[in-house]
Amino acid sequence: MTTVLIAIAALLALAAVFGAALGFASEKFKVEGDPIVDQIDGLLPQTQCGQCGHPGCRPYAEAIAEGEEHNRCPPGGEATVEALADLLGREVLPLDDDGAEDAGEDRVAFIREDECIGCTKCIQACPVDAIVGAAKQMHTVIADECTGCDLCVEPCPVDCIDMLPRETTLATWSWDRPAGIGRRPENRIDVVNL
Amino acid sequence: MLGLFRKARQPTLVFDFPGGVHPPEHKDRSNGTPIQPGPLPAQLVLPLNMHLGAPAKPCVGAGDRVLKGEKIAEPVGAVSAALHAPTSGTVVAIGPRPIQHPSGLDALCIVIEPDGEERWVERRPVADPAALGPDGLVALLRDAGVAGLGGAGFPTAVKVTLGDHQRVAQLIINAVECEPYITADDRLMRERADEIVAGIRLLQYLLNPQDTLIGIEDNKPEAIAAIRSACAGSDIQVRVVPTKYPSGGEKQLIQLLTGKEVPSGAIPAQCGVVCQNVGTAWAIKRAVHDGEPLIRRVTTVTGDAVARPGNYETLLGTPVRDLLRHAGVDGERLGRLVMGGPMMGFTLHDPAVPVVKTSNCLIAATAEELPEPPPEQACIRCGACAESCPASLLPQQLYWYAKSDDFERAQRHDLMDCIECGACAYVCPSHIPLVQYYRYAKGEIRHQAAEQLKADRARERFEARQARLEKEREEKEARRRARLEANRQKQAAAQAPAGDDNRLADLKKAVGKASSTYKAAVKAAKTAEAQEADNAAELRARADQLKAEADRLKAELRDAKAGAPAAAPTADPLADLKKAVTEASSAYKAAVRDAKAAEAEEAGDAAERRAEADRLKAEADRLKAELREAKANAPAAGAPAAAPTDQLADLKKAVGEASSAYKVAVKAAKAAEAEGTDNAHELRAKADTLKAEADRLKAELRDAKAANPGAAVKPAPAPAGKTPDGTPAATPATEEASPTPPTADPEAAAKRQKRLKALKTAYNMAHKQYKEAHAALERAERDAGDDDQERLDALAAKVDKLKAKANHCRDALNALVEEAKADIRAHTGKNLKTLKLEAARAESALRQKADELARLRDTADADTLETLDAEVRALDEEAQVARRALKQAVEEQGLVEDDQ
Repeated sequence: MTTVLIAIAALLALAAVFGAALGFASEKFKVEGDPIVDQIDGLLPQTQCGQCGHPGCRPYAEAIAEGEEHNRCPPGGEATVEALADLLGREVLPLDDDGAEDAGEDRVAFIREDECIGCTKCIQACPVDAIVGAAKQMHTVIADECTGCDLCVEPCPVDCIDMLPRETTLATWSWDRPAGIGRRPENRIDVVNL
Repeated sequence: MLGLFRKARQPTLVFDFPGGVHPPEHKDRSNGTPIQPGPLPAQLVLPLNMHLGAPAKPCVGAGDRVLKGEKIAEPVGAVSAALHAPTSGTVVAIGPRPIQHPSGLDALCIVIEPDGEERWVERRPVADPAALGPDGLVALLRDAGVAGLGGAGFPTAVKVTLGDHQRVAQLIINAVECEPYITADDRLMRERADEIVAGIRLLQYLLNPQDTLIGIEDNKPEAIAAIRSACAGSDIQVRVVPTKYPSGGEKQLIQLLTGKEVPSGAIPAQCGVVCQNVGTAWAIKRAVHDGEPLIRRVTTVTGDAVARPGNYETLLGTPVRDLLRHAGVDGERLGRLVMGGPMMGFTLHDPAVPVVKTSNCLIAATAEELPEPPPEQACIRCGACAESCPASLLPQQLYWYAKSDDFERAQRHDLMDCIECGACAYVCPSHIPLVQYYRYAKGEIRHQAAEQLKADRARERFEARQARLEKEREEKEARRRARLEANRQKQAAAQAPAGDDNRLADLKKAVGKASSTYKAAVKAAKTAEAQEADNAAELRARADQLKAEADRLKAELRDAKAGAPAAAPTADPLADLKKAVTEASSAYKAAVRDAKAAEAEEAGDAAERRAEADRLKAEADRLKAELREAKANAPAAGAPAAAPTDQLADLKKAVGEASSAYKVAVKAAKAAEAEGTDNAHELRAKADTLKAEADRLKAELRDAKAANPGAAVKPAPAPAGKTPDGTPAATPATEEASPTPPTADPEAAAKRQKRLKALKTAYNMAHKQYKEAHAALERAERDAGDDDQERLDALAAKVDKLKAKANHCRDALNALVEEAKADIRAHTGKNLKTLKLEAARAESALRQKADELARLRDTADADTLETLDAEVRALDEEAQVARRALKQAVEEQGLVEDDQ
């Protein structure tokens, strides 16, 4: 009988100790917020363009975490859809981009500066503060910070903002993918005029 | 025997590295002739990024005359090198030109037209480098634009700068030159061994290595001999390595000579090894001992299409076309033009590309010599590539991953350690361009990393902006609050003792609370009723009770409000009287309520209470009469003293009071009628009297206004509705509304907004008046019977008039609204995205506020809750508006698309 009591006592003691340890750990290492939202947000391209119907990438990340479909990010393209599907264990859906042809193309806003009247409307519209200028002064886009969301195009009263494809420079150029089986590798241009 | 023993004691001099291939060398074509001077072309094109790192910054302008060796571009940042004029002449342009890059993109170049005079800038040879010190020497190398001549073009000044606690165990001079065709280093060693050794000594001085090793492939016996003799008696060891491609790769050579393997992702310096090309050593010597910056290099020109293959000491910036012509190129036979070796070089797209610091070879091959690569075939998994890989990678796995864009797994298979030597592609029996696949995958990985970096920055900026906007909003709110507070204080100070104000505020709060609890109770009751719960009746009763309480509080508040201004310092009897009247009437009301409740409960003392109420009413009436009298007297007494405006204001107040008293009376009468009590007629009569009184007062007010048109307070935009007859009320408004031009400018919009508001008020007033009149008519009809038909007719006419007026107002209002809507439609045309965003923003703001409200529900005080509640409601409205606008726009767009 004593043995049984000792065993029970020991088990109880163990339960108390581990319970306390677990309780302490759950308080000490408590995760603030929803970590999945951060992960989703990390996969979104951060253009903050609102094409998903949310005011920015983080709200969309929150919506996805709450069950919204993960294919509404045209700037991210198929790659983002796949990455999100992979992260969330969902199906890979076709991109919901309203059939736009230029979805996923890297673009940059360009202000035709001699036409700018300095109304500051585009500055207010830019979600990443990538336009500089002052009232009645010419504005210009910081091309490196522009996310190509084209939210500045609509507010412009004189339509002096163009969305141009981002030019390839020596720093951003990379080799093309080879043409594949049965094809000769490209990128071999004959020399002429010699 | 002794020799054998000595040999056995010597440590292994050369190690081995895995893989490697043995392609045909083709070196004998160009290594037989001595180095010849290159041509002096018509134009020299000097790209600003000849080296690895940041492009240099031009320090000359178009049109400037430059001397040979004069600096034309400054290094920018840590990893960069200067640029010098290779000959004297004129800078003719600084602009984009085709450069030595597989992309075929143009880059900024300085174009110099030589004058042929070869006039040197003043050279400053350093006789005693030790006097300069290591820092001085490094600065000199940076200034002389010395960069690695082996192929990568890494600025030498950076490579020879040691960290604080960095020790160099081995300095390795790379003289392997393992790629086929190239013989530039071979000839350089044969002819200028002494200069090279002098350069190595300078490197030794800078790096202070324990060992200095020169690695040379065993296919260059003359070069080995020349270097050996130049090194005789020094601590520089010449190590001969077996011929194998790519033993000249930096990491492979380190492994060959020291047995150390440079870890993945590390640089040789981390293993205590610094590797320099033999050509670079020569350039260092020229820069230090001769004061000659890097302006020329030895370039091998070879291939079957040139008549005089060999090594040419070429000025940097010499276009390939000129160099090839100098070597006697046969344009007919030229099939492919390759810069660099056949393994790692790239095909040139334009013969105007210049020779730069890294151009060690130029192959003008015929079509037979370097044929077009055959088409790619499927991988047969033979594994030959894995055997040949000098970095011990799995090329075939990397190929599959790169092909299927599975970059993550490619990275896990150490794609980034691939040195792109091309050995795998060389042995591939399926002619798969493996290196291009790896380059593509590497490019994509870099691109993704850059995108990620950019996304992080965008996120940071977006969040910073959000925080800023939030802060601005809060500041604005705080300012608004402060202003409000100041205004209230000012008012309180001007008006009355603070106690009154406090009481008012308290009362207001109490009223708010009471009405909100009442509303909640009503809701609860309704739900209960809908669910047919048992306690529905109970809840309803409770709601009624609460309503009564709220009404009482409201009345009190009204009293207090009316009392507060009256309690002004003058303290005239009128105000006192007024107070007494209101008190009496409220007491009466309370009594009536009491009595009613008692009656409903059929309590015994109901009759008693009713009597009490009647008594109170009589009292109130008496007081009212007194007040009226006093009022009638007061203006007469104070007329000369008081300004007419005061009188007007008093009158207005009186009118207001009278009409409110009338309304109360009407309500009471209606209630009484509904209950069928005896005193209903009495009450109705009283109401009529009050109405007559109110009308009289109104007429008086009108008269007074007419008498004092100048002093009259300017009426609101559409105040005509205030006049009882109301005929002129609607017309001005409509006239104003009709000629509105449908312009889009904001000023017009604001104007319209204003007019819209005014019209709305006018309409509301007219409608109310009409309703009142209508009720009066009905009542009169019911009461009158045979009384006086005339009065009835008059009333009916009035009702009609008012109705017409109200309709008029409504039409005008509708027209304006329609117009505004049309305008908005025209404006909202295509900005679907903006609308979407707006809707989303509004909704998320709403959600946020709702969350906050829910969170605070239990903790915050009633005041905050109420404000929050109001905010939520406002936001909800906003969100709804946004949603509607979006929906409308969507529908419109649908229409437009249909039309197309």
